[in-house]
Amino acid sequence: MKRTFAAIAVAAAALTAAGAQAQNYPTRAITMIVPFAAGGPTDVIARIVGENMSKTLGQQIIIENVAGAGGTTGITRGAQAQADGYTIMMGHMGTHAAAPALYPKLRYDPAKDFSPIGMAAGTAILIAARKDYPAKDLKEFIARLKTEQDKANEAHAGVGSVSFTTCTMFNVMIGIKPTRVPYTGTGPVVNDMIGGKVDYVCDQIVNLVTQIQGGNIRAYAIATPERSSALPDVPTTKEAGLPDYQVSAWNAVFAPKSTPPAIVAKLNDALVKALDDPATKKRLLDLGAVLPQGNERTSAWLGDYVVQEVARWTPILKAGGVVAPE
Amino acid sequence: MEAFIGNLELGFTTALSLQNIALCFAGCLIGTLVGILPGVGPIATIAILLPLTFQVDPTGALIMLAGIYYGAQYGGSTTAILVNIPGEATSVVTTLDGHQMARQGRAGVALGVAALGSFFAGTVATLVIAALGVPLTKLALIFGPAEYFSLMIMGLAFAVVLARGSILKAGAVIFVGLLLSTVGTDLQTGDERLTLGLVDMMDGIDFAVLAMGLFGFAEILRNLDNPETRDVVQAKIGRLLPSKQDVKDCIMPVLRGTFLGGALGILPGNGAVLGPFASYTLEKKIAKDPRRFGKGAIEGVAGPESANNAGAQTAFIPLLTLGIPPNAVMALMVGAMTIHGIIPGPQVMTKTPELFWGMIASMWVGNLMLLIINLPLIGIWVKLLKVPYRLMFPAILLFCCIGIYSVNNNSSDVLMTAFFGFAGYAFYKFGFEPAPLLLGFVLGKLMEEKLRQALILSRGDFATFVTSPVSAGLLIVAVLVVVVAIIPTVRKGREEAFQE
Repeated sequence: MKRTFAAIAVAAAALTAAGAQAQNYPTRAITMIVPFAAGGPTDVIARIVGENMSKTLGQQIIIENVAGAGGTTGITRGAQAQADGYTIMMGHMGTHAAAPALYPKLRYDPAKDFSPIGMAAGTAILIAARKDYPAKDLKEFIARLKTEQDKANEAHAGVGSVSFTTCTMFNVMIGIKPTRVPYTGTGPVVNDMIGGKVDYVCDQIVNLVTQIQGGNIRAYAIATPERSSALPDVPTTKEAGLPDYQVSAWNAVFAPKSTPPAIVAKLNDALVKALDDPATKKRLLDLGAVLPQGNERTSAWLGDYVVQEVARWTPILKAGGVVAPE
Repeated sequence: MEAFIGNLELGFTTALSLQNIALCFAGCLIGTLVGILPGVGPIATIAILLPLTFQVDPTGALIMLAGIYYGAQYGGSTTAILVNIPGEATSVVTTLDGHQMARQGRAGVALGVAALGSFFAGTVATLVIAALGVPLTKLALIFGPAEYFSLMIMGLAFAVVLARGSILKAGAVIFVGLLLSTVGTDLQTGDERLTLGLVDMMDGIDFAVLAMGLFGFAEILRNLDNPETRDVVQAKIGRLLPSKQDVKDCIMPVLRGTFLGGALGILPGNGAVLGPFASYTLEKKIAKDPRRFGKGAIEGVAGPESANNAGAQTAFIPLLTLGIPPNAVMALMVGAMTIHGIIPGPQVMTKTPELFWGMIASMWVGNLMLLIINLPLIGIWVKLLKVPYRLMFPAILLFCCIGIYSVNNNSSDVLMTAFFGFAGYAFYKFGFEPAPLLLGFVLGKLMEEKLRQALILSRGDFATFVTSPVSAGLLIVAVLVVVVAIIPTVRKGREEAFQE
């Protein structure tokens, strides 16, 4: 009896302590793990959003870049961190949707090991080819790829990268098996694309936009519901005749699982405020980012979305003939 | 020509505004300090300082970040010369003769020559970027996978010449370097290779981990093993600045180094790495008495140091004119530009000319500042050698550990460095040279990537490497370099020369 009481007392004390902690949160700087190298699209979005979230929370959000293994190294570390709200992370389409299919030894479950905070921003995916590719629109492009099959050279930025996964989906969808040329990163891909050494690529708009504006690379379609203001001449996949190709490289904030709901709410509130801030919003839109609207901004929506995305990507990546690392 | 002058004028007006001069100075100073601290590299520093640049306009921010980058190149040479630790791949060569000069009491001269050579190279490279940046971009586009692969083969040929002592040992060490570069995830299939099942090895071994281990940690073990050599260095300080004769000896190597480094730096596949190696090879080949190399030859410092700085500057060409980052630091600069709302690409020059030309002009201003910062500091650095080694080595060890941790924020990297430290010590004991290993390691990754891309594109046909004239030319040079290296007479000279 005594022991039960003591246990209840301890539990109660712990609860009130936790409650007080959540109420005062945050009392010190918050670390946001970005699972990619500094300077990449996810890093840029994290820094822009993080800067504004710091203002709302009254504490600095420090970006810690922990790159490696397609982003799974950083997310593994984040998943194992204390669930006190002081370590959060910028998850990504790769780490929270594609990773289970690509890394059988993955040490976290995207759907179960996190407390979702909210969607931050996605970047639109473009289908683009070298500027002298003999096809005037997406329909001709697809028709030509179908006749060429493995004669066509698709470039991607490495197994597990956004350009790899999104182009796997494109290839599976139109039913071709091109020759896939692996690079390490987007820079060399763009270089060889301008030099005419490879035929096509699927990648985030921010990596290609200036080359397309400059006429060095030709874009056939953008995989968003609406056209991008940065590239108003590029049709959406819906307009160009491949309506099912809807994909974005999304970035969302997660905390380790069992983070107190009050802290999750505070972080979600700061995130939503950042997305509504005119200056922050403009910076994100200038990058070609797609921002979540209404219901898409809640924590619950993100939780459901991760489950859907894992279910959507796993069969595609398996069909794409990825040799999974054992 | 008029447009050129007008552009430069716009550039200097931007770069010489009070704010930008201050930012440029801050960048150069931070860069120098970061370069001097072994292990702490420009990548970690720029990543840490990125948030600070939010407050200033993009031009100012980039001027400061660029200052950190080339400031670190200056500072890195100091560490290479004084304590035999190359902070970056480009300062590996400087350890060969620079540190020997320090051991002979000529540390000040080595540092002075490095600073003057770098300043000259920086000035020339800035002019090259301003005048020829745009047309030179086309050169970069000629280089596809096949051409890069042949370029790397040529680089490997340099590694053989670099080695002191037995060619067999040098060759073996290069292959160990190549082998280490294959650790990690397979480029094409995503399979893990030689990772021993460790998650931390999935992305392979980081250059900083290998370099700090083989040079930094191993050097400390070596010195603790043999404390007398350390005292010899402390006893002799010698003159601080180069004499007239030193400057005279260096003029031609500096010119050649600037040309080689500048030309290789333009290539977007991190060709700048090859600059110092190429310069060292050339100087040694044309020297009247190649036996002096590896024993403190001043040309062996002047040439590679100029090449390294020229390459660091011209590496901005692909970034500024094409928007393609040639190395990890430039990739970070791309990020810095995007955060400030400027997406790098061919339009930067026309859309934001004050940023483009301002940055170029600031590079020259920055190089001048670095000279002014560094020359008076030489006295202080040389005095550092007088610090008792029992105080010095824990500090070096500590900074190496912090630096390595800062690369990926990963503690297993520090443990791996310790492992390579012991490996480096064993190398030393058995008479193997670590420098060719590092070159093999750096080139190995690129070589594999480019070889596989070229063969995928040619559908497995090896003829692709000789049908391209650029590629064929590079392969011929590689063969020539190796042939010259193993001609018996030359070889005899080499063996005499490189006994330590």
